[in-house]
Amino acid sequence: MQEFQRRNFHVSRHPVASLILRRIGLALVTLLAVSVVVFALVQALPSDAAEALLGQNATPQAVAHLRQELGLNEPVVARYFAWLARLLSGDLGRSLANGLPVSDLLRDRLANTLFLFLVSATASLPLALLLGLACATWRGSLFDRVCNIVAASLISSPQFLVAYLLIYLLSVSWGLFPSSADIRPGMATQDKFYVAFLPAVTLCVIVVAYMLRMTRAAILDVLGNDYIRMAILKGVKQRRVVVHHALPNAIAPIAIVVALLLAYLIVGVVIVETVFVYPGLGQLLVDAVGKRDIVVVQAVSMIFATAFITFNTLADIVSIICNPRLLYPRA
Amino acid sequence: MAVVALICLVSLFAPLLAPYAEAQVVGGSFEPWSATFWLGTDSIGRDMLSRMLYGGRNTLAVTLSATVLACILGCTLGLVTALAGGLTDLLTARLVDVIMALPQLILALLALTVFGTSTASLIAIIAVLDATRYYRIVRASAGNIVALDFIEAARLRGEGYVWIASSEVLPNIAGPLLAEVGARFSFIFLFVSSLSFLGLGIQPPLADWGGMARDSAALLAFGDITPLVPAGAIALLSISMNFIVDWLIDAQTGASS
Repeated sequence: MQEFQRRNFHVSRHPVASLILRRIGLALVTLLAVSVVVFALVQALPSDAAEALLGQNATPQAVAHLRQELGLNEPVVARYFAWLARLLSGDLGRSLANGLPVSDLLRDRLANTLFLFLVSATASLPLALLLGLACATWRGSLFDRVCNIVAASLISSPQFLVAYLLIYLLSVSWGLFPSSADIRPGMATQDKFYVAFLPAVTLCVIVVAYMLRMTRAAILDVLGNDYIRMAILKGVKQRRVVVHHALPNAIAPIAIVVALLLAYLIVGVVIVETVFVYPGLGQLLVDAVGKRDIVVVQAVSMIFATAFITFNTLADIVSIICNPRLLYPRA
Repeated sequence: MAVVALICLVSLFAPLLAPYAEAQVVGGSFEPWSATFWLGTDSIGRDMLSRMLYGGRNTLAVTLSATVLACILGCTLGLVTALAGGLTDLLTARLVDVIMALPQLILALLALTVFGTSTASLIAIIAVLDATRYYRIVRASAGNIVALDFIEAARLRGEGYVWIASSEVLPNIAGPLLAEVGARFSFIFLFVSSLSFLGLGIQPPLADWGGMARDSAALLAFGDITPLVPAGAIALLSISMNFIVDWLIDAQTGASS
């Protein structure tokens, strides 16, 4: 009982802080669990990992060497912790395909993918929110319906169709932008923008289609609440209703929309980079899967997974901070 | 509806309709559209039209098997854990949480590296990943139903788990499940096409729309719209599927309200 009261007191004094800490803890546990899954999948190989990866014509020396490389001669749990420790210290192992250290393979590509990611995120975020807001405001209008149909069609289309259509229009018919993104280290920034334009637009179109619908739904959801109708009926000015009543409650759902947008971008990057031959992480991942280069695949998927979980956690944290109900101590 | 039916029929009778065999080299590389080759030929001179017909068939077959397998797997798991409760239930729920905390594409790529890109492992991997969705739905709705009196009555009657699951619980959750199957079918269809586009899905010489869109991509640069045909076909089928699903959901909510 005493313990319960103490904890209750603690929670009521810092409800926001303790909720945030708990959410971060959950994210770390998830990340750890993901690393176990990523590690365990390799162990789940039906036969010996080294033999399976090298194929049937492998020489015994090659198999022995790879076993050493993968650390297959030690017990599973020890291997997992050794792998995790190396991962955390930044040693990602060596590629099975060409023997280069994975961190060297990643460096330039990580920067390229981040560039593409940032450009598309900065362009698509305001666009998605504005369009969603516009659709919610003029609900049922022609604009709303057109937006909805276009967005629904885009969501159901394969991402490479969007990319092909853009290439056909902007690159082939009008000759404005190059259809393959040939990014080299040491390129001037404006040149980078130029070659990354089409991949970035493709990502934007796909992500905005998703997010427009979610933003629209989130805002309509908030505007449909009783307290909004109450405020309107009470004669509060519309501006005040939106700013003081609707917006604080809409920030949380919108934060979730933003995080999902960033998360969708991570997945979209894989296909878009392949279409435009953009030298980033997504393309590296696809190549590595094709070559069954498990070390590279592990490293890249851990990066994607970490980013994905981070964005989701951030969204939850923002929605915790922005929840007006949590700012007051519980009675 | 008509579009889906048409594509399904055409796919079913592909061997009868196609002018050439799936992997038969019949002409030069990348021949333009003509009376002999309605959609031209691909990079090694196979007839595009025939491959379109076979491609739809292959992709649909993989999608259908994966959807059915995922549904069976997810429903069974959801029903068993809902009825069993306890530690099994908790552990399964946590494992599914972890799988769903990651993008499906990343997990699928990881699994494809380990298990290889054969059609069987492709279907199995997608089915296992997608089963998590069915598991969530079934576990949530079955959890509510299991607490109801008629389940307790069935237990007291001494009915077995299998009978309770199939005759008492399943009919009560069939509605939301059906709409989900439709939505997932359309998602898996896109997913398989995307994987094939990346060269990691259905493997050559088997034809498939995603792979064909990739194979002929070079033609775009010369203003040839051939690559848009398989890509557009994927979009067409997927959009029509989604319309059917929306219509199903509307029909259901209309019936219940």
